[in-house]
Amino acid sequence: MRSLYLRRLAMNRFNLAMSLLAMLFGIAFLFWILYTLAAAGFHAFSPALFSQMTPPPGSKGGLLNAIVGSLLMATMGTLIGTPVGIFAGIYLAEYGSRGWVAPATRFINDILLSAPSIIIGLFVYQIYVFQVKHFSAWAGSFALALIVIPIVVRTTENMLKLVPDSLREAAFALGTPQWKVITMVTLRSVRAGVITGVLLAVARISGETAPLLFTALNNQFWTIDLNAPMSNLPVVIFQFAMSPYDDWQRLAWAGSLLITLAVLGLNIMARLFFRQRTPN
Amino acid sequence: MSSGTAAGVPTIIDALPPRAAGSVDKMPDPHPKSVGFQDLFFRWFTRFFAFLVLVILAGILLSLVYGSLPAIQRFGFGFLVDSTWNPVTEKFGALVPIIGTLVTSAIALLIGVPVSFGIALFLTELSPPWLKRPLGTAVELLAAIPSIIYGMWGLFVLAPLFADHVQPWLIGTLGALPLVGALFKGPPQGIGVLTAGFVLAIMVIPFIAAVMRDVFEVVPAVLKESAYGIGCTTWEVVRNVVLPYTRIGVIGGIMLGLGRALGETMAVTFLIGNAHQLSASILAPGNSIASALANEFTEAVGDVYTSSLIELGLILFLITFVVLALAKLLLLQLAKGEGRKT
Repeated sequence: MRSLYLRRLAMNRFNLAMSLLAMLFGIAFLFWILYTLAAAGFHAFSPALFSQMTPPPGSKGGLLNAIVGSLLMATMGTLIGTPVGIFAGIYLAEYGSRGWVAPATRFINDILLSAPSIIIGLFVYQIYVFQVKHFSAWAGSFALALIVIPIVVRTTENMLKLVPDSLREAAFALGTPQWKVITMVTLRSVRAGVITGVLLAVARISGETAPLLFTALNNQFWTIDLNAPMSNLPVVIFQFAMSPYDDWQRLAWAGSLLITLAVLGLNIMARLFFRQRTPN
Repeated sequence: MSSGTAAGVPTIIDALPPRAAGSVDKMPDPHPKSVGFQDLFFRWFTRFFAFLVLVILAGILLSLVYGSLPAIQRFGFGFLVDSTWNPVTEKFGALVPIIGTLVTSAIALLIGVPVSFGIALFLTELSPPWLKRPLGTAVELLAAIPSIIYGMWGLFVLAPLFADHVQPWLIGTLGALPLVGALFKGPPQGIGVLTAGFVLAIMVIPFIAAVMRDVFEVVPAVLKESAYGIGCTTWEVVRNVVLPYTRIGVIGGIMLGLGRALGETMAVTFLIGNAHQLSASILAPGNSIASALANEFTEAVGDVYTSSLIELGLILFLITFVVLALAKLLLLQLAKGEGRKT
């Protein structure tokens, strides 16, 4: 009897210890990666990083064109994808109880949410780059927009579903038309949640590499022409990290640190913003 | 109030319906026609965008099928089981990348699922309340780190470590065993299928752990308390109450992680070695569908080469679609069951 009791106790202790180890394992990798980035990326930081173009191998340079390219394409992608995502999310939450469009969209949207991003790149290549016969920043922005849409749809719908029906009914009782109820009452009351979703989407696309490989490609020179291939941080990191040149690899580390800081910063900002703006 | 038709010029007054006599005290219509139209317009406007999401998916599928037609016509079903990949003779088969994709994902799940389970268990049952939020956020941040960062870190930090310590040890111990030994043969190169799978594991852990934590949290407290009441240990409660109750959700979460692992591109591209060769050893370099695309697509010349790569993309899309659809269906079923019980 006592041995059974001890065995159960030992089993419990062992498994809980394993659980603690698993937690430490997960956290350890987060800090390991951050430490590597900080150590390798920090001493590659210099003012030149933000003032010079990507160099040919063997000479000094910075990442200015890549940083600007990334910012431009992420902005365009967000601007294109956000309205589409918000309107589709509104339909799912407010009109989605009947018909087949809403359930089908909900299902497909969740699949697009986790679909391989390289497939998105391939799709944009097929329908845009291949048709116009040249790589361009527009194509890159479209590819990023296609990644933004499912994220914004999901958060908008989830947030709108949280609005109590009594709020809608109160607005209807005043004789407000439905489109005004949605845009000026329900959507407004979950503004913080929707913005959080958009911030998370921006964070996600700022680090995306795969969809840009076949769309925006890369550009060694300064350009803000959206109709031409455009340099961007992820693709530059990919190219530079895989190269045998020391100075290129150093720039890749600096770029990685920059991207990671931006992405984690956006994530934390989104969380804080959401927590601050929502009661409880 | 006479209308302006006298001058032959229609005015806004003409457009208004004539007022019935004695209707002065009648309330104005709360829903004039224009509002009904605005509502209808807004409804169809949003519906259009919802529909657009469906169109995007259909578009992806159609464009991939269209793009891979030349390869399908040339190679047929043999494409799926052929292991040659020769751009010079334009002879292509998808076997190596398909196997690479499946094997790296399998390794990722083998390592990732137990760890995710441990993390979810820790967050729901063990963690002191004040630690739950920071730890949960830390795990979620692990998911936020871009794939390319994992790739670079894996290439420069993890791969040398694997080559110098982990792989020689694996070759020495597991490599000497019969049957299993074949999996751990060959020189310790650092990069290869195993390293790629390991980094994938770290990348899918946050996704699986998040789903597991969420489904563990919906287990009614009464059930757990009853089990504790008859003297169960925490582990027994998890093993015999929480896990059976959340089985479907747990499997759904694992499928979601699998979907992520299958399509992961950059990290794998850095680490798998990009060798179109079939090898029994998981230490050897291989190739996955996503990394073949990332490496070769922009450099592919000729219709057959490009279209073979697109067909690879189509295969990847179909596999992930099925896996993710299954995950979604399982999680939906769970949500439905919950609705019934309450």
